[in-house]
Amino acid sequence: MFLIKCPYCGEREQSEFSCGGEAHIVRPKNPPDLTDDEWADYLFMRKNIKGVQFERWNHSNGCRRWFNIARNTATDEILKIYNMGERPPKIEGNDLKTPSGEPEIGSGNISTSFKKE
Amino acid sequence: MTKKIYFTFDGKKYSGIEGDTLASALIRNGVFVIGRSFKYHRPRGVISAGCEEPNGIVQLETGNITEPNVRATEIELYEGLKAFSQNNWPNVNFDIGSINDLLSRFIPAGFYYKTFMWPKKFWEKYEFFIRKAAGLGKSPTADDPDKYEHFHYHCDLLIIGGGASGLYAAKLAKNSNLKILLIEQNSQLGGEHLSKQNSDKDSPLFKKLEKLNNSSNLKILKNTTVFAYMHSNYLLASQKINKKNLRQVIWKIRAKKVVLATGSIERFLTFNNNDRPGIILANSARKYINYYSNKIGKEIVIFTNNDSAYKTALDFHLKNVIVKAIVDVRKGSDGDLVKKAKELGIKIFFNSAIINTEGRKRINKVFISKLDGNFKKLIGNPEKILCDLLCVSGGWTPNVNLFSQSRGKLVYRESDATFIPNKSFQEEISIGSCNGTFNLDEILEETYDKMKKLLDGFGEKIDEKYKENTEKIFQDKMQHIWIVPTNKNFSKTKMFVDFQNDVTAKDIKLALQEGYKSIEHIKRYTTTGMATDQGKISNINAQGIISDLSGVPINELGTTTFRLPYTPVSFGAMAGRNIKEFFDVERTTPMHQWHINHGAKFEDVGQWKRAWYYPKDNEDMSQAVNREVAATRRGIGILDASTLGKIDIKGKDSSEFLNRVYTNSWSKLAVEKCRYGLMLGDDGMVIDDGVTTRISENHYIMTTTTGGAASVMSKLEDWLQTEWPDLKVYLTSVTEQFATISLNGPFANDLMKKLYPNFDFSKENFPHMSFKAVESDGIVCRIMRISFTGEMCYEINVPSSYAKDLWEKCFKLGKEYNITPYGTEAMHVLRAEKGFIIVGQETDGSVTPIDLDMNWIVSKNKYDFIGKRALSRSDTIKEDRKQLVGILTKDPNEILEEGAQLVESISALPMTMVGHITSSYYSPNLGRSIALALVRGGLKKKGGKLFAPMPKKTIEVKITDPVFIDPSNNRLTA
Repeated sequence: MFLIKCPYCGEREQSEFSCGGEAHIVRPKNPPDLTDDEWADYLFMRKNIKGVQFERWNHSNGCRRWFNIARNTATDEILKIYNMGERPPKIEGNDLKTPSGEPEIGSGNISTSFKKE
Repeated sequence: MTKKIYFTFDGKKYSGIEGDTLASALIRNGVFVIGRSFKYHRPRGVISAGCEEPNGIVQLETGNITEPNVRATEIELYEGLKAFSQNNWPNVNFDIGSINDLLSRFIPAGFYYKTFMWPKKFWEKYEFFIRKAAGLGKSPTADDPDKYEHFHYHCDLLIIGGGASGLYAAKLAKNSNLKILLIEQNSQLGGEHLSKQNSDKDSPLFKKLEKLNNSSNLKILKNTTVFAYMHSNYLLASQKINKKNLRQVIWKIRAKKVVLATGSIERFLTFNNNDRPGIILANSARKYINYYSNKIGKEIVIFTNNDSAYKTALDFHLKNVIVKAIVDVRKGSDGDLVKKAKELGIKIFFNSAIINTEGRKRINKVFISKLDGNFKKLIGNPEKILCDLLCVSGGWTPNVNLFSQSRGKLVYRESDATFIPNKSFQEEISIGSCNGTFNLDEILEETYDKMKKLLDGFGEKIDEKYKENTEKIFQDKMQHIWIVPTNKNFSKTKMFVDFQNDVTAKDIKLALQEGYKSIEHIKRYTTTGMATDQGKISNINAQGIISDLSGVPINELGTTTFRLPYTPVSFGAMAGRNIKEFFDVERTTPMHQWHINHGAKFEDVGQWKRAWYYPKDNEDMSQAVNREVAATRRGIGILDASTLGKIDIKGKDSSEFLNRVYTNSWSKLAVEKCRYGLMLGDDGMVIDDGVTTRISENHYIMTTTTGGAASVMSKLEDWLQTEWPDLKVYLTSVTEQFATISLNGPFANDLMKKLYPNFDFSKENFPHMSFKAVESDGIVCRIMRISFTGEMCYEINVPSSYAKDLWEKCFKLGKEYNITPYGTEAMHVLRAEKGFIIVGQETDGSVTPIDLDMNWIVSKNKYDFIGKRALSRSDTIKEDRKQLVGILTKDPNEILEEGAQLVESISALPMTMVGHITSSYYSPNLGRSIALALVRGGLKKKGGKLFAPMPKKTIEVKITDPVFIDPSNNRLTA
């Protein structure tokens, strides 16, 4: 369980927060003009990045405020916390860390490797 | 005189001495057979003196405090202790199950999996026996009377392990301003130092370290095992207290830095019949004879591939135990200890191995053979030596479990075949033998250097440096030998790798032959390392054997994943105080005690305890509910509706906000009027409903379903904060600030007049769907005339602290109208009679307002609202979607089961399901059963016939309108 520094309350345990999924998905202003596919794209399509991902988080068992987090999903490292409405920050020098030697795609449960013949 | 402590094992009385573990006390009494092995039921005794023990596990105590699979090497002896051997019948010395040992060639690796596969129908026959044979100890069947606690602790420095490196680290940091927590899993600090014989203990450093004590900035926890290392330096430890009323404590620790000083575990060697009682790890034998003063054997043999076991030989020799031979795999050694052994005239067999043993319940002889230069073949005839103890050392494994849990990366060191920490992921350091540093002088050097750097990082000063010149006893020039050669057919050998799960070298070979390659697969197929000891001793040997047999170097094989918990944790400790009434939050209304006093049965709705029904005299549930329902339609029914979610909405954009989140229009709602609203997700599916009231121009109060209150509030906040920050709207949950009393029935109006005599409750002044703030006795009540029963109804929202008084007043004044409390079950029947839906019962996240035939509530004029676009998706406009209808059974006395499937035809199999029952009740007002259902294309099928095929019969039903009572709303608006 990692720690999150709520911009309003300070550092708290993850269990006080809930994740609201991928950030920077704006609700379209003109829904009636959109095709079914375009609407479905807004509604359902989400990235699932192994690496740095921008996410919405809510201090649900605290101040109830929403904010954005840039998090490395492979390591749970929190790289930046920023306000709703702000543009996604540039994150540099945080290439995919693979502490146990895991691959770029996959479960990470491979402290095992077996050489292919 | 040391104090004697009496205990029993398998019902027989023994005595041990103070400081003994159960294992050392049993050995003291000559009891070597402690249990039977899992699969072959072979007699087994302890092979270690610590938490790595795979064999010596017992059932501790009886009745409600019994605990299975307790390691005898860890349990401190106490007066009256009762322990029992496991996995044997009728007893540990004569065990019927041991026939498996003779049948072993029929139960090879993967035996269980094979029974699943072939022949297929045989599984049913095996299952009974396999399930009976599975598991070791027995779980208690009664509630645990003891208490368990969870403590939280924050510190700068967490040092795990109270051996030489851990203690020295603590001493070096102690004079700083850091808050330090030191955790040791045994009852005494010292680690390896404790196993030394007395003259070796004469060390100036240890004299200082022994004096380390709890102080203002140092806390020491003994009998405590860190079993989990999680993210952000969050660690869990379990502490054994074993005092009356408090058995264990789980420590939840956040540390700025972690110092891992978790030591190392001795390895076993894999030779034929290496599991007999009396075969023990060399350094553990040394602990028994030195620390426990326990003469564990009379004539011993040592089998080793490194120098450290020579220390055991020397210590036993010093205690006048005959060391008959040291069998050393290596071709020779010039280590100090080897020289000493030679000087004492101990017989050493170099370049040799023990290839077999004998003795069923205790070892009585070993067979020694010469090896070839590559340690792969035997040379000449084996020599027989009699003995009663065989001490084995296969080298040492750094205990990197916690380091790996922290996601640090390991590297393989060829010289002594060890995996050692390489790259850290979290804020920790590894020192001492868990870091692959084995000799004391090197440990002290490394600890000082690493602690210096660590303390510098904190800006703190380090204590004075210590040096000590010690014998090099560990790890020098070891010769790894993963499988000891045998003169037998390999498939007939019993070379145990994992003792607890009875996995042998030939099982691993079989797995490789059957095509398994990944170490994780071989582990699961053979179950090696999967027992309660998690392969602390065996994993590295299994890896070595796989490497040997497959020709893949160990570093390419990798390790299996180290997982928490490091040692087993009892369920009681995990649960802590969060049991029974503390298992989850219980929310009760201000009238809760009244409900209890009046015999209410309760039902859980989310965290709320709601009155379900109020049985009178000897009524059963259906009698009580029928009475409550009838009384409501004829006189007055009173419901505690306090649990409904209430959200106070203020701000100049409140109307606009409601326009966006509800399907209907709110701009034109007059002040003091109420309106029903349906809330959708942006996928068009119904997520909540309720009545919202306009209290003043920019002030609304929204009611939500009981279960949906929290999620609706959070969703609304989400929209406001993230999509519409420009709207001036403020939300406050007032669910618990107001209690709600709902008065229903033809006489509700009469009672209101008596409750508030100065107010005009005429139909003209206070019509259906309107709101008034009414004062009585100085308390302002918010009263809405809305209805969930189809009857005339007033919902009184009263500040919670006055609710019980008002509730009781209603009964006093309502007596003449037969005022009757009704619970949630009668509420369900009443609303179903009227065809009102319950979100979460009629809907399941796949139902649109159109499916509910509620077109009337979906605004056509609004450009947008949450969910609007999705209502015109190709899927949501289909005509054959499941739609809400009423269902009447042909037989009026037949009550359908909720969830029952509906079909159109029962003639052909398989039948096509066209819908399901969502609600079903007996309606006392109609004198028959009623039901609601979602049926494919149901709105156009009213009047049609369906069937509900049930296990014992098929029930014929008719599709109807869902409103069964008062379709013209005469009662509602009376």
